[in-house]
Amino acid sequence: MTDNVYQMIVRAQAEYARSIDDDRLEEWPDHFYGRCVYKITTAANHREGLEAAIIFANSRGMLLDRVSALREANIYERQSYRHIIGQPCILSEENGEVRSETPFLVARIVQDGDTDVFATGRYLDLYKLEDGQPKLNERIVVCDSSRIDTLLAIPL
Amino acid sequence: MAEHAVSSDAQAHPWPTDGLTRVPYRVFQADEAYQAEQHNIFHGPVWHYLALEVELPEPGDFRTTKIGETPVIVTRDADGEIYAFENRCAHRGALICLDTHGKGKKDFSCVYHAWTYDRQGNLKGIAFKDGVKGKGGMPDTFRMEEHGPRKLRIATLHGLIFGSFSEDVPPIDEYLGEEIVTRIERVLGGRTPVVLGRFTQVLPNNWKLYMENVKDSYHASILHLFFTTFELNKLSQKGAIIVDESGGHHVSYSAIDPDIQKDAEYSKQQLRSESEYKLADPSLLQGFDEYHDGVTLQILSVFPTFVLQQIQNAIAVRQIVPRGIGKTDLNWTYLGFSDDTPEQRLTRLKQGNLVGPAGYISMEDGCVGGFVQRGIAGASDQEAVLEMGGSQAQSSESRVTEASVRGFWKAYRSNMGV
Repeated sequence: MTDNVYQMIVRAQAEYARSIDDDRLEEWPDHFYGRCVYKITTAANHREGLEAAIIFANSRGMLLDRVSALREANIYERQSYRHIIGQPCILSEENGEVRSETPFLVARIVQDGDTDVFATGRYLDLYKLEDGQPKLNERIVVCDSSRIDTLLAIPL
Repeated sequence: MAEHAVSSDAQAHPWPTDGLTRVPYRVFQADEAYQAEQHNIFHGPVWHYLALEVELPEPGDFRTTKIGETPVIVTRDADGEIYAFENRCAHRGALICLDTHGKGKKDFSCVYHAWTYDRQGNLKGIAFKDGVKGKGGMPDTFRMEEHGPRKLRIATLHGLIFGSFSEDVPPIDEYLGEEIVTRIERVLGGRTPVVLGRFTQVLPNNWKLYMENVKDSYHASILHLFFTTFELNKLSQKGAIIVDESGGHHVSYSAIDPDIQKDAEYSKQQLRSESEYKLADPSLLQGFDEYHDGVTLQILSVFPTFVLQQIQNAIAVRQIVPRGIGKTDLNWTYLGFSDDTPEQRLTRLKQGNLVGPAGYISMEDGCVGGFVQRGIAGASDQEAVLEMGGSQAQSSESRVTEASVRGFWKAYRSNMGV
């Protein structure tokens, strides 16, 4: 593992979180490359190897559709997130592929001003190195709890 | 059913007299109503969904769940039969089983004092029953067979396990009626389901507001704008609702209508060319013909708290568990089938985006009950109006009706004696 890759992943994750928390959702799909796999699941499902997801995408188009549905179609009370992202742990680095696990905590701020811990969990990421740059090809969001309060609109 | 009903609330606040078209908001707010429901509905002569048979394939497999507030253990014993009993030790009331599920369980032993139960819920052992060195122990008059957690009656139907605390509940076929049974069979009959995932959505509202929402075919095209926004509305679809005789069970479905399919295709193309929004990846809705009857959506509910869903190829069961007057767990179990091809399985995973806590056409249902719960906060002396489509609770070829919502209240009032 080189410090360089580690630092680039840290930076990429900070930018990812910031685009969501700043309500720049239109930029969210731009953080994905290649297969564009994005899944939100729970620790219990992940442990049992159950493959269904709360959100499932395996193409850039599906990521774009999630954003336009949130902007144009779905109805939910105004809300925002604050991501607190921990240090990534590099699980493997071989053949230009880096697998990492990064803990997160997401607070949700709802319309009436209440802030609550909405989700904690970990990102299981697959980055592919292209021209020395790590590109996020796959992100499995594993939430620690099996419960989702009210609804999950904005991606984690 | 009124003779066993707890009706103090009813005496204090008589139900409005306008047939089924009015619902007093206090039934979503009053602790007395909630407590009376535990007795009259959750322990009453109705069937509650517990689990799927495929979740308990072998003897010793178990799952824990809840019927209303009451914790329940569901097991399969060596005789191959399903059993269920209250998850409450007969000694001092502690939970007997703390795990959500497991395998190879020979017996269930309470951690508090090691009172032990077999897989059918019979008390089989008591730690230090005969005391130590002739001292202490239970009295000779104590009979283990006279003590135990309450057992449930069990019925299975096309792989669904239902349980009831009541001795008076009719057989499941009779309880549901032929039309509902046929519609369950349509989705699950002769097939082996595979659990693809389980998710719990915590709803900020009374459980009945979610059941009203499930049965409300009137709101679908108004609240859920995903299909409309992306010009995916199926003008070529026809539908209907079925309400059983008790009122408590319903089916709402839509199907491709071959008579107007041609016109619709034409206008759809015109619309599409003018449409501002399109799916960037339309493979989301490119499903496969699973049932060969043209029905692309079937929502089925069983009174009081069960839903079986087919939305294209997204199949799921939903179990509703109240967690207090204004809080409800909605347990989703997403299903595939054992003979799915890899392509079909992928389609189900993609269409999972339509449903659940982040579902394109269901996320609104997670919040709209809360909007009602908050909206009625100061209006416990007021009533909801249910007059769309008339005042009856009958099957209808129009889905612009609240007939199945009225049906829910018909069954509710019958069970509650109000």
